[in-house]
Amino acid sequence: MSDAVLEVKNLDVDYGLGDDAVHAVRDVNLTLHRGEVLGLAGESGSGKSTLAYGLTRLLPPPGVIAGGEVVYHGENGETADIMRMTDDQLRAFRWAETAIVFQGAMNSLNPVHKISTQMTDVIKAHDPRSTPRSRLDRAREMLALVGISADRLEAYPHQLSGGMRQRVMIGMALALDPRIVIMDEPTTALDVVIQRQILGQLIELRERLGFSVLFITHDLSLLVEFSDRIAIMYGGRIVEEAPADEIYQDSLHPYSDGLLHSFPALRGPRRELTGIPGSPPDLRAMPTGCAFHPRCPKAFDPCAADLPLLGIPESHADATTNGQPRTVACWLHPIR
Amino acid sequence: MAYLAKRVFFYLFTAWAAITLNFFIPRVMPGDPVQSLITKARGQLTTEGIQSLYVLFGLDKNESLISQYFKYWGQLFRGDLGLSFTFFPSQVSDVIGQALPWTLGLVGITTVIGFLIGTGLGTLAGWRRGSWIDALIPVTTFLSSIPYFWLGLIAIALLTGPDSFFPAGNGYDTGLTPGWDWEFIGSAIQHSLLPAITILISSMAGWILSMRNMMVTVASEDYVTVAHAKGLSERRVMVGYAARNALLPNVSGFALSLGFIVGGTLLVEIVFSYPGLGFLLFQGVGTKDYPLLQGIFLIITLSVLLANFVADLAYMLLDPRTRREG
Repeated sequence: MSDAVLEVKNLDVDYGLGDDAVHAVRDVNLTLHRGEVLGLAGESGSGKSTLAYGLTRLLPPPGVIAGGEVVYHGENGETADIMRMTDDQLRAFRWAETAIVFQGAMNSLNPVHKISTQMTDVIKAHDPRSTPRSRLDRAREMLALVGISADRLEAYPHQLSGGMRQRVMIGMALALDPRIVIMDEPTTALDVVIQRQILGQLIELRERLGFSVLFITHDLSLLVEFSDRIAIMYGGRIVEEAPADEIYQDSLHPYSDGLLHSFPALRGPRRELTGIPGSPPDLRAMPTGCAFHPRCPKAFDPCAADLPLLGIPESHADATTNGQPRTVACWLHPIR
Repeated sequence: MAYLAKRVFFYLFTAWAAITLNFFIPRVMPGDPVQSLITKARGQLTTEGIQSLYVLFGLDKNESLISQYFKYWGQLFRGDLGLSFTFFPSQVSDVIGQALPWTLGLVGITTVIGFLIGTGLGTLAGWRRGSWIDALIPVTTFLSSIPYFWLGLIAIALLTGPDSFFPAGNGYDTGLTPGWDWEFIGSAIQHSLLPAITILISSMAGWILSMRNMMVTVASEDYVTVAHAKGLSERRVMVGYAARNALLPNVSGFALSLGFIVGGTLLVEIVFSYPGLGFLLFQGVGTKDYPLLQGIFLIITLSVLLANFVADLAYMLLDPRTRREG
C-alpha cells in the first residue's frame, strides 16, 4: 500500500514567460501510492487542474513547467521523470500508464467518430500489432466493465446521455490497464444521482483492477466519502494533506476548515454552514506571506509576513496512517 | 431516408420555381427579342417574317401565356432552348454545350485544386500556430483582397507578349482544330495557365483562412486534448481529430462554390477572352441575345441547386449529428 507510483517533486507551473508569468502551481510535492485514491481539492483557480495537466505535460500554451520533476515508478521498480521524456517516450507513456478522465463529460468524445473508433484507435496506437478483432473485443469488454451494452459501440457520442459518455470515457481510460487514472472533476457536468453511480462504480473497479486514482474536484464532500487521502490546494500551493477522515474530523488549516463548512454533511448531526469570506487570490498579485491570510479568520502576526512551509505539525507528529504523516502549512501549527 | 426525400422534394420545387421565373421574366420585360431583331434587320423584314420570328421564339401573340408555358416545358424536356441571335441560327443548347467544357475545365479544376491546397495549408497553419506557414496568412489575405480580374490584367500586362510562353487570350491556338490530340490539349493547357493561376491565387486564400481559423477553434476542444492524452501520434490527432472536425464548414462552402463553377468567373473569362460560359454570357448581354441568356441562367440555376444538394449529402456523410433517424 505504501509504495509510490507517482511522485511529484517541487513542481512549478507558470502561465507565460519571464517576469509577467503567472505562477499557477508553486512548489507542489505530492505522492500517489499504489491502489489509493488521492483527492485534490480547492476552489476554482487554486491550480488543481493546472497541476493535473502539468504532470502529464498536456498544458496548452502559454502554460510551461517552470521546474520540478514528476517521477513515475514502473511496475518493475524502474523510474522515469515524465518531465524529461522525449516525445516518443511520452506518447508511449500516456494512457498506457496514466489515463485521464476530463472535466467535460460532454466534449471529451469527438462527435464525428463512432465510440468504437475512439476506443480502438488508442489500443492501436499503443499496440500496433493487435488485430482489429482483438481491439474490438477489448472495447466491448471495457464497455461491459462500465455497464454499457456492446451495441453502443456503433453509436455516435450525441446518441448517448452525459452519464453514458462519461462511463465510456472511464472505460476508455482503463482500456490499456493503466496504473494511474487522473480524474479532473469527472462528474461536474452530471447530476448528483449519476455522480454517485459513476463514482461508486469507479471505486469498485479500482478495488478489482488495482489502479491508483488522483481525483481532482472542488467538491470536498465527494472526496471525504471516496478518497483515502486528501490534499487541499490554495493559491497554487498545497496547504494541507491528510487521510480523508482526519481532514473531515480534525482539519488543521483554517482554509480546509472553511471548505468543510461550505457544504452540508450527508450524514451525521446538522452543522452550521459558514463558507469562506472573500474570493480566491489573484495569481498575478499574490498576498505576501500565507496566501490565505487576507481571508483567514484566525490570521495573526506572522501570517502576512512569512510564508508557512508544508510540514509535519508538532501537535500531530506521531499521527501516521499507513506510515504516512499528515502535513499542513499554517503558522497556527508550527512544524517540527 | 425520409429526410433525404424531403430535401429532394424541396430542390425539385425550387427548380420548378426557377424555371417558371425564367419563363416569365423575358415576357414581362419591356421590349422583346423580336423587336431587337427587327432593329438589327433595319426594316428589311416583312410582316409575315416578323410573325414567324415570334412563333420561332415561342412569343406568339395569338397564343395564351398558359399554352406558351406548357410549350416551353415541352421544349425544355427535349433539350431545346431556342435559337441564339448572336450565333444565328445555331441552337442555344449547342452554343452552351460548346462553352461549358471550357468553363468546367478551367474553373472546375482550379476550384478543386484551390480547395485542396487551401484546406491543406490552412490545416497546417492552424495546427502549428505561429510557425512560418501561419505567417503566410496575411500575405494570402492580401492577395485575396485583390479583385481577380485586376490580377488577371496585371498578369497579361507583365507576362504576355509576342515572345512570351503565356498567350494573352483565347482557349487554344486558333490555328488548331479542336480535337483529342496532344497538340490541341497542350495548347489548351498552355492557354489556361494564366487564368488558372489568377483564380487559384485569389480563391485559395479564403480556404486557407477559414480552415486555419476552424483548426485553431477545434484544437482547443476537449476531445483534442483527450486525443493527445491518449498518446495518439501527432499526425493522427491533427488529421483524425482536429482537421476532420474543422473541415465541416469548409466542405459546405466548397460544395456551394461548385455551383458557381458553371457561372464561371465571368470577369476572368472576359479578361482572357476565354471561350467559356462567362464570356458567352458577356457576349449575350452585349447583343441582347434573350434565348442565350435565358439558357445560361437556367444552367446556372440548376447547377447551384445541384451543388446545394451535394452539400447536403456531403454534410450528412461527414457529420453524423445531421443524420436524422427514422
